Order: sequence, then C-alpha cells, then structure tokens
Amino acid sequence: MAQYPAWDQDEARSLIAGLAHLEGATLPILHALQEEFGYVDPQAVPLIAEALNQSRADVHGTISFYHDFRTAPPPRRVVKLCRAEACQALGCETLVEDLAREHGIVVDGHGGGHDAVVETVYCLGNCALGPSALSDGELIGRVDADRVAALCGGRQ
Amino acid sequence: MSETVRIYVPIDAAALSVGAEAVARAVAQEAQARGRNVEIVRNGSRGMLWLEPLVEVETSKGRIAYGPVAAKDVAGLFEAGFERGEAHKLRLGQVEELDWLRRQQRLTFERVGVTDPLSLADYRRLGGLKGLEKALALSGQGIVDAIKASGLRGRGGAGFPTGIKWQTVHDAKAEQKYIVCNGDEGDSGTFADRMLFEGDPFLLIEGMTIAAIAVGATKGYLYIRSEYPHAIRTMQQAVLKARNAGILGASVMGSTRHFDMEVRVGAGAYICGEETSLLESLEGRRAIVRAKPPIPALQGLFGKPTVVNNVLSFAAVPWILDHGGKAYADYGMGRSRGTLPVQLGGNVKRGGLIELAFGISLRAIIEEMGGGTLSGRPIRAVQVGGPLGAYLTEKQLDTPMDYEALAGIGAMLGHGGIVVFDDSVDMAKQARFAFAFCAKESCGKCTPCRIGATRGVEIVDKIIAGHERPKNLAVLRDLNRLMTDASLCAMGGLTPMPVMSALSHFSEDFDRPPPEALPQAAE
Repeated sequence: MAQYPAWDQDEARSLIAGLAHLEGATLPILHALQEEFGYVDPQAVPLIAEALNQSRADVHGTISFYHDFRTAPPPRRVVKLCRAEACQALGCETLVEDLAREHGIVVDGHGGGHDAVVETVYCLGNCALGPSALSDGELIGRVDADRVAALCGGRQ
Repeated sequence: MSETVRIYVPIDAAALSVGAEAVARAVAQEAQARGRNVEIVRNGSRGMLWLEPLVEVETSKGRIAYGPVAAKDVAGLFEAGFERGEAHKLRLGQVEELDWLRRQQRLTFERVGVTDPLSLADYRRLGGLKGLEKALALSGQGIVDAIKASGLRGRGGAGFPTGIKWQTVHDAKAEQKYIVCNGDEGDSGTFADRMLFEGDPFLLIEGMTIAAIAVGATKGYLYIRSEYPHAIRTMQQAVLKARNAGILGASVMGSTRHFDMEVRVGAGAYICGEETSLLESLEGRRAIVRAKPPIPALQGLFGKPTVVNNVLSFAAVPWILDHGGKAYADYGMGRSRGTLPVQLGGNVKRGGLIELAFGISLRAIIEEMGGGTLSGRPIRAVQVGGPLGAYLTEKQLDTPMDYEALAGIGAMLGHGGIVVFDDSVDMAKQARFAFAFCAKESCGKCTPCRIGATRGVEIVDKIIAGHERPKNLAVLRDLNRLMTDASLCAMGGLTPMPVMSALSHFSEDFDRPPPEALPQAAE
C-alpha cells in the first residue's frame, strides 16, 4: 500500500499549475492531488479556485459530490468491496456479516484493529467471478470474509 | 535450442482477479528451469470467465486452451507437454472450436482475447483501421448514412438510433464540436466496456475517430470510471500509441483531418453514466443532471454540439464502415439490428461475455450457455439491464433479447447485463436495495428521485416489518408512479422498475411474517 508524503501546500500549488490549462481541469487536478497525498486537503480549495477562476464553493461542492475524494489522510489500507446486485447474488451481504462477526471488521466503519478500512463500492466489473474486491489497485475475485480480512492485514 | 512456443496468458482484470499474474510468472519460471523458449503474450480475455485463467498455446493445430489454470498446475502442464498441445486434465481443446465461442457472432469482440491489446501491429493484421481508412474516403454524410443503414442503436441502454444522433451533430453549425465516449459502466452485471477497454482499446479509438470525421469534431474525451484501474491504464497507453502512430493528431492517418482525444477518470458516481451529468463532470463540476432540451447533440460539452455514445456503440462503428451498414443490419430482429454483447453474471455456473445477434432468448443464454446457477439451486429471479432493470421470473425467460420484446414485459435491455439469482434471494430486500442505491447515488437535482428514494427505503422497511402492509403497499405503488412520471432522468425514473417487478412477480416476499428485529427505519 502506498505511503503518502504529508500535505505540502507548495507541491499542491505546482501540481495544480501543471494541470490548470486542461479543459474542465477540476477532476484531473483532484485526482492528481489525491494520488500524490492520498487525499485532498481543504487547504487545496482556495488554490484550485484561484487557478481555475471558480468560487471556493464551486470547488468544495465538486469535491464533496464524488465518493472517491477524501478530505483527510486515508488509513494504511483501503479495500473496496463490491456490494452490487451481481455480488449480492453470490452472498456478499453474508460476507459483510461474517467480517463483522468473525473478524471485527465493520464495512464502511472500522478495520477491527487493522489500520484499514473496507469500503462499499457498487460494481467492479467482475460480475461473473464475484464477490469481488479491489485492493491496492488489484482486482480480486471469488473473495470470502477470510480473504478480505487478510487483505486488511496486508496479506494477499 | 528448441523452437519458441507462443503461450497466451490473459491480462484482463477478471483473469487477473483469479490469479493470471501468478500463472504468467509460473510459466516463465518453469520454462526457464526446463530450458524451453517461450514467448508469453498477455492477451485480453475470451470472455469465458469461469475458465480463467485460460492459458492458450499456439500449435500447428491452432491455439489449444487449458483452464482454469492455477500457478501450481503449471509444472504439471509442462510435464504433460502442453507447449505441444498434449493431453492434460485441464486441456479444453482448440479454443475457437469450443462450443461457447462457436455459438457466438463476434463482430465487436472479434479481436478481444485473440491479440495483445496494445499491439498496433496485431490490430492492423486482424483487420483494424480498415473502417477508418474507408471512412476517410467518404464525406461526413456518407459515414452518417452508413451508420443509419446499419440500424445501430445506442448500446448504453436507451437504444436511440446512433445515425440520427450523428446526423444532428453533423448538421449543427459550430466552430468546435466534441466526441464524448461514455465509459462510466456502472451497472452491476455489466463488464463489456471494461473487457473492450482492456482487450481491444484501438477499436474504441478507431470508432471515436470515425465519429469525429463524420460530424466534424476535432476533440474527444473518453470518460472511464475510477473503479476500472486496469482499463484506464490500457486506454491511456493505447491513446499514446495511436498518437505516435499518426492515427490521432493533426493529420489522422495522413489525411487532412484533425482529431485527438484524452482519457478522463470518474470519481465514484453512478450518475455519471447519465450523459448530461457525465458532461457536467467532464466540465469539472458536480455531476448534476441537466434538463433536456437542449439535447447534447446541439449543446453538449462546454455548450458545443457533442456526440455522446456508449463504448459499445463506438466500438461497433469500425466493423460497420468496413463491411457496410447493410451487413450489420442483416443480424438481429425487428428494430434491434446487429449484435449485442451480453454479459452474464451473478449466481451462474458459466458466466462471461456472449456476443450474439439480437433475438436469442434469455433462457438459451442462462441455461444453455450459462449452465444454470453456480450454487446448483433453482433459478428464482433474473435481473436484466442493471440496477434499474426489471427482475424477471424463471417463467419469463423465453423472452428474446430485443429492445421492444423486453419493453413489452415491463423490462429493459439496458447495457445487456444479466444477473442470475437462485432461490435464496429475498425479493423484498432487493426492492429495498433498489431504493437505497438510488438514494445514495441520486444527484439530488429533482425531488422525486432525491426524496422519493429515501421514502421508498422507509416504506419497504415498514412492509418488511409487517406495519400496515395494505396501506404501505398502496403508498409504495403511488410513490413508484410519481418517480416514474416526474423524475428528470432514468435514475429516479427507472428505480421503480426493479421495485415494481419484484412486487408484481414475487409478491409473496412482501407478505412474510415480520422478522423479530425490526429494520432501522420502521418505528
């Protein structure tokens, strides 16, 4: 799992400057910041607003609309677990209950002692090999509670 | 020195999700240890996902498939002589002769799984760029006419005739026009776009470029959801390669036409699959749905005339230009012409990608090709067309895959996803989920969707809890009618479809003894 540097306002400014020329630059900028620092610090809002000639409210509104953008540093590990219909048909909701009961991991809550979080996601496009999870950019099919717990602990 | 053997190990995300990377490493290591010369090609997936990782070996008798292969099987495969196509318990035979593939009519997916997706040489060798070459010799109107003749309808779900959309953009007068590809494939049970991004990225680039030449656009955007990291990487590399090869840029394939494109990444919002909210997102704002009119064909991205099409619509275009509109229209039934890449998933034994002419029955797909449920229990419900599609019963499975036939039974084809459920499914819970999903993913612009979805969850909870059932069922029907009639887009407008189909076909699930612990929203 990636280790992120601490938020750096100057570095953020230069990332923003490098992308501000794009048409509709807001999302590319937010993705670049999150890729660099693991999250988009609220301090970035006025920088983006100024670079793109938008109001701070516009920028804040955009950040808060999308599920992906974090406004605080992420835990060490993020496991995204698909809970859409195709994975429901293969028992992902039972998996969620098992995770809580057997491993103390609450989906969209806490990682049960691991510096990790399991987040709900709707569809990873692996609907014939579910239930599916995405961890560290890797797609994993046919997961069960033990596998997800192992991912939280940093074991594949 | 032995001859070099070419071995294919897929790089498709679904194959990787069940261990293809470890298999590729094991093949390389084992070959080295045994002093065999092998060339490992990382191809796309053939779409027989239950057989992944599906390893193919090129022999004098064609490509012989083995699967599903685990890394631990690799030593045994070499022992058996699989690099010569010899017998082994995982040997499936010559891949193109496998019944599952032979029954298909692959036009759009003809190269997916066959080639190294990022090899332009492979792409050209297997017929790539012929459609674009022919398009460059035609007028814009000539291209639009070919698309009209093909009968192609938007594969994103709405089924709007692609040729008419292109005609509108073609006829619009503007200094700047755009091509936007909707790759926000958020429907559960769909993965055809993903497989195409990862398995034949140049096809999509070619299709978008033909659209640009047809309507006079110079800039394109491909919007891919962030949940598809592998697809994003592949498409970004493919765009670079296409630009370096002169397919994109100031002079498309050496012509006087200019077109370039960028890959843009979504940020986890289902609503971006709706074309106007996708445009808002591309413009850098909250993805709030726009009211129509104006239609995007006239005032789309940054207010300019814009072709917005689904991945599979653009991907059908090169074949149509190469073979002619009529050849495409010769496939299909009724007003649904051509082929449809069907995606079979959920609780099914043999899930995957099945491209066929319109008209095959759901039962043939699910039972004959899919082999029934993975759990081995009876099929109880099938959801067709994603989270906004209807739940059908086992008795309705003789319906053909056709826009109008499905609409006729209160269902929809959507993006061609089929999700199978066995008899352990609780349809009241599925109805509740449809509302909960809508509440979570609603953009919030219109009241029926924003408020209605939340009210829907509460009402279904009350029904499950056994609280004044007849009254709450009446309220539920009323709410569904209101959301259908008054929502701004398909998110709120179609959420009632899974709910009402669950209620009409599986009413017994709404009439069970209440559980002991009440769900949260019920008092």
